[in-house]
Amino acid sequence: MLTWIALAALTLFSIAAYMAARRRAVASVGGKTIGLHSLPGYYGAYAALWAGVPAALLVLLIAMFGGRMEAGMLRLDAPAAVQALTAPQQDVFYDDARALARGGQPSETPYAGDLKAALDAKVARSTQLKQMIDFGALSLAAVLALAGVALAYPKIGPDFRARNRVEGWVALLFIVCSVTAVLTTVGIVASLVWESWRFFQAVPPFEFLFGLEWNPQIAMRSDQYASTGAFGAVPLFVGTFLIMIIAMIVAAPVGLYSAIYLSEYASPWTRSVVKPMLEILAGVPTVVYGFFAALTVGPLFRSFFNWIGGMLVGGPMDGIGLYLMQVQNQMALVAGAVMGIMLIPFVSSLSDDIINAVPQSLRDGSLAMGATRSETVKKVVLPAALPGIMAALLLAISRAVGETMIVTMAAGLQAKTTLNPLDTVTTVTVQIVTLLTGDQEFDSPKTLSAFGLGLTLFVVTLMLNIVALRIVQKYREQYD
Amino acid sequence: MTDSTLPTAAATDLRRIVEARLKQRHAQEMRFRLYGRIAIIVALSFLAVLLGRIISQGYTTFVDNQISVSVYLDPAKIDRTDIGGANYDMMVANSLLSQLGETDDEFGEKSGKIMEIMSNDLGFQLLKQVRADPSVIGKKVTVTGPMKSDASLYYKGQIKRSTPEDSRKLDDQQLDWLDKLKAAGSIKSGFNFGFLTRSDSTEPEQAGVLGAIVGSMMMLFVTAFLAVPVGVLAATYLEEFAPKNRWTDIIEVNINNLAAVPSIVYGLLGLAVFINWLAVPRSSPLIGGLVLALMALPTVIIATRSALKAVPPSIREAALGVGASRTQTVFHHVLPLAMPGVMTGAILSLAHALGETAPLLMIGMVSFVPGVPEGFTGAATVLPVQVFIWENASERGFHERTAAAIIVLLVFMIVMNLTAILVRRRFERRW
Repeated sequence: MLTWIALAALTLFSIAAYMAARRRAVASVGGKTIGLHSLPGYYGAYAALWAGVPAALLVLLIAMFGGRMEAGMLRLDAPAAVQALTAPQQDVFYDDARALARGGQPSETPYAGDLKAALDAKVARSTQLKQMIDFGALSLAAVLALAGVALAYPKIGPDFRARNRVEGWVALLFIVCSVTAVLTTVGIVASLVWESWRFFQAVPPFEFLFGLEWNPQIAMRSDQYASTGAFGAVPLFVGTFLIMIIAMIVAAPVGLYSAIYLSEYASPWTRSVVKPMLEILAGVPTVVYGFFAALTVGPLFRSFFNWIGGMLVGGPMDGIGLYLMQVQNQMALVAGAVMGIMLIPFVSSLSDDIINAVPQSLRDGSLAMGATRSETVKKVVLPAALPGIMAALLLAISRAVGETMIVTMAAGLQAKTTLNPLDTVTTVTVQIVTLLTGDQEFDSPKTLSAFGLGLTLFVVTLMLNIVALRIVQKYREQYD
Repeated sequence: MTDSTLPTAAATDLRRIVEARLKQRHAQEMRFRLYGRIAIIVALSFLAVLLGRIISQGYTTFVDNQISVSVYLDPAKIDRTDIGGANYDMMVANSLLSQLGETDDEFGEKSGKIMEIMSNDLGFQLLKQVRADPSVIGKKVTVTGPMKSDASLYYKGQIKRSTPEDSRKLDDQQLDWLDKLKAAGSIKSGFNFGFLTRSDSTEPEQAGVLGAIVGSMMMLFVTAFLAVPVGVLAATYLEEFAPKNRWTDIIEVNINNLAAVPSIVYGLLGLAVFINWLAVPRSSPLIGGLVLALMALPTVIIATRSALKAVPPSIREAALGVGASRTQTVFHHVLPLAMPGVMTGAILSLAHALGETAPLLMIGMVSFVPGVPEGFTGAATVLPVQVFIWENASERGFHERTAAAIIVLLVFMIVMNLTAILVRRRFERRW
């Protein structure tokens, strides 16, 4: 609340600074603005920026980190009674003190005697600290705003290059925005590596990458079965691979053939109808595909296989029949097939772009030699587009590996090392969701293992993307 | 040279061979073309099946059956000092029973069965009326509310009398009652406004999508507020100002790779950085918007760059030629001309963010939120996550609602995509 008031006050102050500076600039040349180096608005903007921006940044920083500062200062010179507590108890104690100071709801921990006295003292101290920080920040912000104007205002005169200065601020803003993208990557890598490092202290990386048993639930017990192989991720990798292969078996031929048809055969009218329809298919949220897989495709496939199984039972293939009778909704085939449907428009639009990039002269040459259209496609266009198509398929694989909702809703949770598409498997993303949904404790290897899986996923998809982009770049150079 | 000049025997032989091969090649051509057609038909029929299936599962939600009951508020049963303590559900059930010409037995078996076909929303409404105006006690009041979802499914024909009694949720007597009520005209069916004006609930017939819609809007607002300005400025810098050196190369490669990072990894980032490190409140529109903004940023940047590339250099040269600075050139001329493309890209990436679910599961958005979010830092749920939560619910009534929530979600996506297309059509300029 205080933050908003402070920001509103700063805005008003900046507007005032703008007006004053603009007026001063105009006055300095006696109203003949032609005599100014920059347009009058730039002089105003220069003063307004110095008045508003540093102070606003300070206010925002305090809004973000003030609470943390206060919590840290509260812990200084702890009374003996508090020092006797264990670390988690101390955390609860300080949380309670801060909650009470803000009129919030403390935990139900009883405090008595010395501890109660300490709590009361800390509550008072917390209130005092908060006031101190807020007051300090606000006065510092006010000083910054005034100092900004005091610095900027005297400079304003006909020869002052206000526009260049303002454009300097704009350039700074540009660079900050561009660096955000880099910071995102740094954030992703740092958070994944940091939490994974904590995980790998409990479970060695070798065990994680090559262990054959995945059973994170057991690690919740206090007797810590963690480092004896329950965190072997091989079944998850195999499950992910199996579903990805099924998806590509569906998506690659359908996507490629429709791209070829659309770019080489279809009339402009067909193209204008089919392309938007495929775009709709691409725009459908994955949770919708998950719902479709779980409630439509799953039961359909199961009853189909059960029906075939029922016909085979008693015959020469009795064993297979019995197996088919008991397949479940969550088989890998369902998730893979629906993921394949999801990837069709992705493969088709990427390949379409690539096929269109093949120069028309190649086609004309081939057709002029008497080749049919299909021969031209197969012997000329596709070989020329092959690297690009490989890149498109790699990108599709990367999406299949990272896809989450379809598998979460339609694949199982059992970690099995199998390549049987009728079996239930689990994937890396399903496990990340399962491990991190709901409340987590951040010191158990169970929770941290999700970050280990996330790091693996990130590295694999990153490599696929880099390889794919390299191929595309190399291939483009040939025709440009 | 014509055919007749060739030696005849060899010519007919060659001609036969060529014609045979030509036939084969043409057959091959037809087959190849057929494969292409089949692929397109397969892809489009997937789309048709997907949408058709969801609409057929979900459209029934938009029709609901409301029951009107007039209840005598017996002063003997309501303690005026403790209005909330009376059993209003029982009063409604008893009135319904008398309307059906039945009397409750001493074990309350029949009233129990009645309560399985009418929503407890009716009881809440009674309580609300009595709370608002205690003078209604002793009078007759009429309340109108939804049927229990199983009863509604019977009216919609999804629970059938032909199913054996022990494998359906309602028994024969309940179905008889439902038929009788329908025949007596106490049931009105109409458009289900409740689905759009209520929020999540544990009872399927009272669950609606309002909370999720508002949550989605707030989250999208945060995303748009952060991703669009930052993305547009970053793209402008890279496209118009940045010197070509190693740093800008790194930033470029970086953005291309970020666009292909699986969305769930952004969820992990949000959990580790925003929740654990910066202590942003869990499951709030703020944290959801932050995570989705980071996810949408690369796509906004890429779309903006291609829009800026499409503005011809002559515009820049003309502006620079009359003395504008580079910043003025960009802000006064290039960006306004690129705006349609920028807006189209921004709307499309926001539409994508609207449908995103996986990263939100990581940052605690799966909690049950029975209301409209209280603010940007309050607990919220959003449409796709609501779909995920309902899909996991076991009651049958929720399946219908899940499909209906998907329809609402798809309507929003279609509206956003259409807006993008219209913006492009209306304002796009070809140079």
